[in-house]
Amino acid sequence: MTTAISVSGVVKSFGRSRALDGLDLSVDVGEVHGFLGPNGAGKSTTIRVLLGLLRADAGQVSLLGGHPWRDAVALHRRLAYVPGDVNLWPNLTGGEAIDLFGALRGGLDRRRRDELLERFELDPTKKARTYSKGNRQKVAVVAAFASDVELFLLDEPTSGLDPLMEAAFQECVREVKRQGRTILLSSHIFSEVEALCDRVSIIRQGRTVESGTLAELRHLTRTSISVETARPISGLVELPGVHDAEVAGTHAKFEVDSADLDKVLQYLHRFELRALTSSPPSLEELFMRHYSNQGTREELAGV
Amino acid sequence: MGQFTGTGRLVRLALRRDRIQLPLWILGTALVVFSMKSAVVGQFPTEKDRLGALRAVVDTPAILMFRNSPTGLSDGDMLAFGALTFIAVVVGFMSTLAVVRHTRQNEETGRTEMIGSMAVGRRAPLTAAMIVVTGANLVLAVLSTLALIASDLPTAGSLAFGLGLGAAGLTFAAIAAVAAQIVEGARSANGIAASAIGAAYLLRGVGDAFGEVQPDGYTMTTAWPTWLSPIGWATLMKPYAGNRWWLLVLPVLLFVVLLWLAFALADRRDIGMGMIAARRGPARAVPRLLSPLGLAWRLQRATLIGWAVAFGVFGALIGSVASAASEAFDEGTGAARTLRELGGDGALTDSFYAAMLTMVGGMAAAYVVQAMLRVRAEEAGGRAEATLATGVGRLRWLGSHLVIAVLGAMFLLLFTGLLAGLLAGLNTDDVGGALGDLVPGAVAQMPATLIMIGYVVLVFGLVPRLAGALGWLGLGVAVAFGQFGELLNLPQAVMDISPFSHVPALPVAEATATPLVMLAVVAVLLGGAGVALFRRRDLAL
Ligand SMILES: Nc1ncnc2c1ncn2[C@@H]1O[C@H](COP(=O)(O)OP(=O)(O)OP(=O)(O)O)[C@@H](O)[C@H]1O
Ligand SMILES: [Mg+2]
Repeated sequence: MTTAISVSGVVKSFGRSRALDGLDLSVDVGEVHGFLGPNGAGKSTTIRVLLGLLRADAGQVSLLGGHPWRDAVALHRRLAYVPGDVNLWPNLTGGEAIDLFGALRGGLDRRRRDELLERFELDPTKKARTYSKGNRQKVAVVAAFASDVELFLLDEPTSGLDPLMEAAFQECVREVKRQGRTILLSSHIFSEVEALCDRVSIIRQGRTVESGTLAELRHLTRTSISVETARPISGLVELPGVHDAEVAGTHAKFEVDSADLDKVLQYLHRFELRALTSSPPSLEELFMRHYSNQGTREELAGV
Repeated sequence: MGQFTGTGRLVRLALRRDRIQLPLWILGTALVVFSMKSAVVGQFPTEKDRLGALRAVVDTPAILMFRNSPTGLSDGDMLAFGALTFIAVVVGFMSTLAVVRHTRQNEETGRTEMIGSMAVGRRAPLTAAMIVVTGANLVLAVLSTLALIASDLPTAGSLAFGLGLGAAGLTFAAIAAVAAQIVEGARSANGIAASAIGAAYLLRGVGDAFGEVQPDGYTMTTAWPTWLSPIGWATLMKPYAGNRWWLLVLPVLLFVVLLWLAFALADRRDIGMGMIAARRGPARAVPRLLSPLGLAWRLQRATLIGWAVAFGVFGALIGSVASAASEAFDEGTGAARTLRELGGDGALTDSFYAAMLTMVGGMAAAYVVQAMLRVRAEEAGGRAEATLATGVGRLRWLGSHLVIAVLGAMFLLLFTGLLAGLLAGLNTDDVGGALGDLVPGAVAQMPATLIMIGYVVLVFGLVPRLAGALGWLGLGVAVAFGQFGELLNLPQAVMDISPFSHVPALPVAEATATPLVMLAVVAVLLGGAGVALFRRRDLAL
């Protein structure tokens, strides 16, 4: 089995509003898969469907080879979940909550638990009601990474963590990835996604709008270019892949889809290049374009 | 910025949140008040009926305990005798729940923090809550007065009745305001306030039960415990029989003192914190905690202990008052003779036991509703999501709480029956007999209690977001129809809705298994349907 999570055409409505509208998602065993999308896109809803907490109205879902609703209990023993909003029992200490989650999941590595507590600088003797948001988050993260499971479903696990803790979290993800485990990571933090993920799926309004490796996605980014030529530039605006071009005689500023970069540069050769500056493509900018409301799929893909 | 800046805005916010709830409480109470006159007239049409009834009543502590000391034979007197204390309890709950809702509950959910960061004075949240609740009690007092006047009762007495209710409500509101400053959880604050209402009801109950019969043979002066109770003050005002207005001074004074205390406490603590600082706890969980049942027990433990104290006090009371009841019986008073003729030997004590055990059943119902609604609190608080995402199935999770509610209720009933039986037995030198009367009588409440569990599980499975409201409404209906149905002169068919209408009134009635078995079967059906629905539905976050 090479597919850990396979979701196709899943629909989930709450009353009249459609949270998931034909969502597709495929996560391979052993990969770290970034799950991105603007607020309300349906990330948490998808993860809850995967956990059998919500029932999909239509579509196919398979998780570790099982059915998330019918085989919920058996599947849950093989995965760990960090919710986006960690809610703990106010009267239990953090240590008790970690042990409880571990035990209910089917066992916890004590040494690893203590090591993680240290790494995340979490005091396990405090009652949960006195924890800050970041510390509540750490309880769930420690409980998850101290469990011996095949799959991690992490819903914005680092929201509220400070940069040091963010680094500790990334370290944990790399460790479990080295052990061949699978991670679905929903996140709004691009640097985290860029640093950790092999593949990424971007969803919007309950639908998958983009999916692929980071390299493939980089292909969809644009490079900003400013050139000076010997002869006046013409015909640049009509070239495929060129956007927001400002041409003034021998000067031009424009953006170009990374896929078309080579062709555009070759075209510019005929005007004799004198100077060229370019700003490298950033994934963040791509994400931003996906997040912004105006863009349609075609425009985003640069077609 | 003043300490009270923004109070007006918070009042409007609270009124908007309560725009359905408070009017329902107030109108519902006013409607009950309005319907009472015809009920009383229907039940006791002539003075002769009333005289006969009251003559028996003054010698029956059980009835006095849950009604009031009779003050006369007029319509108004009968109404104050039959319903005043019961309605005062309802008004008390309206007030305490509202105060906690707008103070501690807001803090617990972090709303006060948001509000506190805006242009709002430190004292504004508590002030706003008290303004809203004071207003609600005023409206309730006025509407109740009007409802009574509209039933053709004397104006002055009606005003005393209405103001007595409103004043009791205000006192309990102030108690809740103090409780909300002391403890960190809204649940605990509500618990303290509810205990205060219960204690006030019991205190005046004892005062009435041990009151002194007047020479006329049907009115009474109450014993001193009544004077310690805010509900007692409403009865001591004697609406329609003297209208002792000056008694309003007591609740108003207590209100002012408690309110001052609440503000003093509020000034001294941080938002979100209680007066009692949170202590550290164990770094590791004990093995006992590490299962769904262990977790459920940990979450339910405090609730069960609180109720065990309440049941213990009540059981001890039954056991102690029993001797007074049998003394009255031994003295061979007129009423006792009548009752003996009607019910045979020992009938007086038995009817006392039966009435008490019905109350015990009502308390058990309240316990299980609270215990089972815990599952909804877990779901709404997001903790069920985290638990059910582990290797715990829905059946096991819900079942753990079910087991504790069932065993908890069973324990409370047995405990109360044993304690009351033991004390009563020691008092009357017949331990075996008292235990034989009280233990089966207490346990007989179990099937009806099971129905309440099944009902809450059903609404939880069917309409989770309404489970809290429907759960408590169901309890209200079961207790009101089952125990106060006759007072409201409800038709039998309506009273039959309550499971408690079907419980044989042991030890007066014969112990019959059929209704108990039927109740248990219905309970299992309700609960089974609820569990099945829960296993099929989405988690309602
Ligand atoms: N229980 C519910 N009832 C009604 N609507 C819901 C419910 N849960 C989610 N929704 C709606 O479904 C949509 C998707 O929500 P979801 O929480 O999955 O978004 P998300 O991608 O996780 O957003 P965020 O980045 O803010 O966490 C939203 O429009 C939300 O309002
Ligand atoms: Mg989310």
